[in-house]
Amino acid sequence: MADELADSISHVVRFAGDSGDGIQLQGQQFTVASALAGHDVSTLPDFPAEIRAPAGTLYGVSAFQIQFGGDRITTPGDAPDVLIAFNPAALAVNLPNLVAGALVIVDEGAFTAQRLKRAGLAANPLEDGTLEPYHVCRVDISRLNMEAVKPFGLGAKDSARCKNFWALGLVLWMFDQPRDASAHWIQKKFAGNHAVRNANLAALAAGHAYGETAEMSHILSRHPIPEAPLEAVEYRTVTGAEALSLGIVAAGELADIEILFCSYPITPASALLHHLTGLDEAGVATFQAEDEIAAVCAAIGASYAGKLGVSSSSGPGVALKTEALGLAVAAELPLLLVNSQRAGPSTGMPTKTEQSDLYQAVYGRNADTPLPVLAPHSPADCFPTAIEAVRIALRHMTPVILLTDGYIANASELWPIPDIDDVEPIENTKPTGATEGRIWNRDPETLARLWATPGDARYLHRIGGIEKDIDTGHISYDAANHQAMTDLRRNKIEKVADFLPEQTIDQGVQGGLAVVGWGSTYGAIYQAVKDSLKDGLAVAHVHLRYLNPLPPNLGKLLAGFDRVLVPELNTGQLATVLRDRLLVEVEQLNKVTGQPLTVAETKAAIAELARPRIREASNA
Amino acid sequence: MPDLSFKDFATDQEVRWCPGCGDYSILKAVQRSLAQAGAKPENTVFVSGIGCSSRLTYYIESYGFHTIHGRAPAIATGVKLANPELDVWVVTGDGDGLSIGGNHLLHALRRNVDLNILLFNNEIYGLTKGQYSPTSRVGTTSPSSPGGSVDRPVQPGPFAIGAGATFVARAVDIDQKRLPGLLNESRAHHGAAFVEILQNCIVYNKDVFDTVANRKTAADHQIHAQHGQPLLYGQDNRKGLRLNPRNLSLEGVMVNGSGAGAEDILVHDETNVALAHMLLSMEPPLPTALGVIHRRAVESFERSFWNAKSRERRQKVVNLLHRGNLVDRR
Repeated sequence: MADELADSISHVVRFAGDSGDGIQLQGQQFTVASALAGHDVSTLPDFPAEIRAPAGTLYGVSAFQIQFGGDRITTPGDAPDVLIAFNPAALAVNLPNLVAGALVIVDEGAFTAQRLKRAGLAANPLEDGTLEPYHVCRVDISRLNMEAVKPFGLGAKDSARCKNFWALGLVLWMFDQPRDASAHWIQKKFAGNHAVRNANLAALAAGHAYGETAEMSHILSRHPIPEAPLEAVEYRTVTGAEALSLGIVAAGELADIEILFCSYPITPASALLHHLTGLDEAGVATFQAEDEIAAVCAAIGASYAGKLGVSSSSGPGVALKTEALGLAVAAELPLLLVNSQRAGPSTGMPTKTEQSDLYQAVYGRNADTPLPVLAPHSPADCFPTAIEAVRIALRHMTPVILLTDGYIANASELWPIPDIDDVEPIENTKPTGATEGRIWNRDPETLARLWATPGDARYLHRIGGIEKDIDTGHISYDAANHQAMTDLRRNKIEKVADFLPEQTIDQGVQGGLAVVGWGSTYGAIYQAVKDSLKDGLAVAHVHLRYLNPLPPNLGKLLAGFDRVLVPELNTGQLATVLRDRLLVEVEQLNKVTGQPLTVAETKAAIAELARPRIREASNA
Repeated sequence: MPDLSFKDFATDQEVRWCPGCGDYSILKAVQRSLAQAGAKPENTVFVSGIGCSSRLTYYIESYGFHTIHGRAPAIATGVKLANPELDVWVVTGDGDGLSIGGNHLLHALRRNVDLNILLFNNEIYGLTKGQYSPTSRVGTTSPSSPGGSVDRPVQPGPFAIGAGATFVARAVDIDQKRLPGLLNESRAHHGAAFVEILQNCIVYNKDVFDTVANRKTAADHQIHAQHGQPLLYGQDNRKGLRLNPRNLSLEGVMVNGSGAGAEDILVHDETNVALAHMLLSMEPPLPTALGVIHRRAVESFERSFWNAKSRERRQKVVNLLHRGNLVDRR
């Protein structure tokens, strides 16, 4: 029965339990093991906003999904083919998303009358036929774990907490993945508490041994997976927040400018603050400000004084920073603002992903206040995107917004570690000893001013939010001057486009349907277009990193297609920007469920709009 | 380089305050103090928010950043963190610093960022045409409170003490004799120095501090605190402050008169927070406390922030990239 799983070289596994069950940790450990086994990986942590939501409830279910395999993996998978459910609520919440015939491993010891009731289930799904379409593997994980950790003398609660490692051991056995990394992690994490350390190690080993010895091979068998055809370089797993923090660190080094990262705690952006804290030796200092406004203001102050200010938040926090962004535009100071987008409006769903702050980034300030906007397309892509965002900020003396999202921030994938010696250094406009120009003499290529900073006796000046004279920088309420300054601010951002790389086509060729995406929908669109090309449809994938200004050749590129489809996790914001800037007709695929785009829904939209390829194009 | 005079700290910009505004006097005192202290213009940064007071930035020949409403302490914190060598001043007002920017002021003070913070208190919103402010006294009539304001005012000095400020002083705008020297003391303080300057808004709140500022009544309404000296005031210092231990309050008494001998008069101890709070809270008929009311040595924020940070950057960055769960396919 379970042999159906064996046919595939990739799998989608979902771990689900209470938010206190250690599900995220279990998923992360499985990810590491999978990467070490040579598989490509993509993960989706999916957890409630509450830290320890009431146990056993439907809304308290925490899940971690991973797709891994011996092929290129770009999404965490539309639907799991393996579910590990630690309780009735976890089973009930996740059952509707499984593929037909999926393997469901349940902790049958958790299916007590009381817990069924807490999950709102009238009958036991293990008994009432609910699970008939699936291959069910009932294991009393709770009891087996307790037996395994009994010798270590922990209390009942601490003993029970080892069960995530017990189940991890079992799943690692299933896919023939190494246990060493997890064992090492346990040893390091619990070095100060030998009983807890030994119990977790025992649980991990016991789960693994159970797979080896259990007489249930008719349901649970081993599914070794080949190595993915990865380039022969060194990789590591990174979440988007990690790659972004490393990108910021690297950008500072490439620019030879120290960075002051200023932020205020907010989900899901806080991870960036956590990763950057402690990296002062690499040239980044972090400042936790009293509020969102103070955070961006301190960053602006740092840029004024000659370091690069970086701030970070999510939509509601970015809203608070808006006025200060206007100041940075008016004062023409470099600044990087990262927005880890989440579902809104208002508090919305803080742990769920969305791409609905594009309007806010591109259009969302008082007055004519343009600034560049970039978006990374995956966790690993955060690294180069952060570097390019800093490059633009420093070269053009402007604040820049980088739009990531909750999914990218928390998801992880394999990252080929780059050699930063290969990356072009980042230039800035600080006056050197040889500089003769005045602050407001602008570089004709960029219209950027000199970045004159306190301490330099040659460049004493006053600057601020009041309109300034285009030649002297002094306060000016002159009518023609304001026109000239407004035009200059617009032209300055438009000139950023002169430095952008040409927009390319990711897959497919011009002619049929262009699927134009931005940000975290990359993986789903990539796979959907790949599958659709295989199905003989005339379709191509164009993915934008630069959202404002748009790459100069984009209009011409899209004009070469019959139709344009824009899938995004909002109600049509990039669609609006494209219509606005390119006067192009676009079809929309919009979704705002707090979940990433799936391959299936993208493929369905493509199938509706794309025509078959008439003649085989050259390299489709 | 020859010594600079106060005129060297004036910019070529036309000063745009109303004729007779107390800000002119403060501007002069600031320029004088910079000259007296031998300040280097290129290492001096004035950061201000929004309001009449905040325009001061444009009139000092140094680096200046006129920012947005209420946020000057936050921006100045970033400036000071980025370059601790700079002499960073914050210029704010009662609306800018205690209403829209109250939070930032609180945090700059409690962190003890080495900033010289001047709060011009005129108890009114001037630049927006005269609305009552967070320091306006109850009953202040204004365009937004025609029947008299009902909000109870915040007291800047006790607010600063409550926020943990390590230097709190108060002065009168027109006091050219004392203000430049006081500003040098606040400038020299290693930490957040808070100076409330009672400032006369000649258009919207004229003479609101007249009993304190007016030369005719000043003697009985000003007391100039000096560390280690008895707290005396009045004509020929005939009055003094005494602590009433029964209700732990201050009272003004005639010295060598009916009630008190010289030994009964409190001696100012600027390190004593409780005394500072009492002095800053005094209201008529007690005099208004002026001078350095509180000062104590605490390591400043930017020093703590940068302590024990070393650099060896490129290799550290490379090491960071290669940390974590490596998968080597080479």
